[in-house]
Amino acid sequence: MKAGDEIPPLTIPVTRTLIVAGAIASRDYQDVHHDAELARRKGSPDIFMNILTTNGLVGRYITDHFGPAAVLKKVAIRLGAPNYPGDTMVLTGTIEDVDGDTVTVRVIGANGIGNHVTGTVTVSQGSAR
Amino acid sequence: MSDDLLARLKSYEGCPAAVARTGKDPVNAPMIRHWCEALGDTNPAYTGPDAVAPPTMLQVWTMGGLTGHDTRTQAYDELLALLDESGCTSVVATDCEQEYVRPLRPGDEITFDTVIESVSARKTTKLGTGHFVTTRTELRVGPDLVGIHRFRILKYAPARRPEKKPPRPRPVVNRDNAGFWKGVEQHKLLIQRCTACATLRFPWLPGCASCGAPDWDTVEATGEGTVYSYVVMHHPPFPAFDPPYAVALIELAEGVRMISNVIGTPYEKVRIGMPVRLEFQSYDDELVLPVFRVAEEAAV
Ligand SMILES: [Zn+2]
Repeated sequence: MKAGDEIPPLTIPVTRTLIVAGAIASRDYQDVHHDAELARRKGSPDIFMNILTTNGLVGRYITDHFGPAAVLKKVAIRLGAPNYPGDTMVLTGTIEDVDGDTVTVRVIGANGIGNHVTGTVTVSQGSAR
Repeated sequence: MSDDLLARLKSYEGCPAAVARTGKDPVNAPMIRHWCEALGDTNPAYTGPDAVAPPTMLQVWTMGGLTGHDTRTQAYDELLALLDESGCTSVVATDCEQEYVRPLRPGDEITFDTVIESVSARKTTKLGTGHFVTTRTELRVGPDLVGIHRFRILKYAPARRPEKKPPRPRPVVNRDNAGFWKGVEQHKLLIQRCTACATLRFPWLPGCASCGAPDWDTVEATGEGTVYSYVVMHHPPFPAFDPPYAVALIELAEGVRMISNVIGTPYEKVRIGMPVRLEFQSYDDELVLPVFRVAEEAAV
């Protein structure tokens, strides 16, 4: 593994259930993540995924690839195009740096309207564990 | 925006937003399992006797849930209020940066402190103009730092979307009621009358409910009436209407009843028995409807 290598994509169907379940599992009760009528009243076309769920999916993408021994050290994400129900998000990753046991991955999650999330994950591969 | 406002916003940089707050729940297996189920995360590291929490759950352990935290600092409340007052009433999370110092395990009791790290100048975004507020939270278990969570929100004034109200629904005009709508066009409220037995009927129907005769002529209503009954419409809000509003069953002086709106009177002041008088209200170029206004002598 070296800088520039790509890791296989992960496709996430953005269902209404995922958005609501993710919001509730992350204790985020902002109405825009579960109540379409109130979301529309605030100018959004529908409910949309909360940042904690996106953060969790980015983490899952990396640990799915590196395996259960891998340990996340840092996750830094920025949100762009919202994840609305019915869309699909495809997570892709590019190895940015390999330093001994530690790997830095640039992650992009693209949906039908643009990049939902861009970020960087630092993971320890956990070979010592 | 005035420089004064920016200076006031900036003065909160470095102020605490949360001090020595305790997580509502200790790190625990059920919340971990619910998270993994929701996100489809099957990593075995998160289950079993040696389970750790998914590191990306870091913020979850600080969340206030439905009832919130009862101890936000005055500084953070003031900052948010100042932003609200400047029109930035909406909020969206934009960035999350987390460092995981050590894995969290069921039983870990989290305490945390949050500092307002920075408040940006007014920025224009796709959502509207606003300020980015960045906070930095340190999570501890006992005295030990276990994670750092930097979070950025945009407090913004939503960009005005030209809000064009959909038109009021059109009446369904058919062979049986065309005469009524023709009358309305001419600002006449026409009641059907059976030519066989002289019974008045409203709304318009093809035959007489009294004697079954099909033939009819019309009587023009005087326009006097009373509120026979009413409801106040609160919910759901239909696009062309502004709830709450009163929908009334009006008994006309001629004895028939019709459904209409009572206009010119607050919805909560409409009462059964109120005398009302017919008016023709124009809603747009194509739509005129008979409505009722509280008669002068009973005006409230
Ligand atoms: Zn008759």
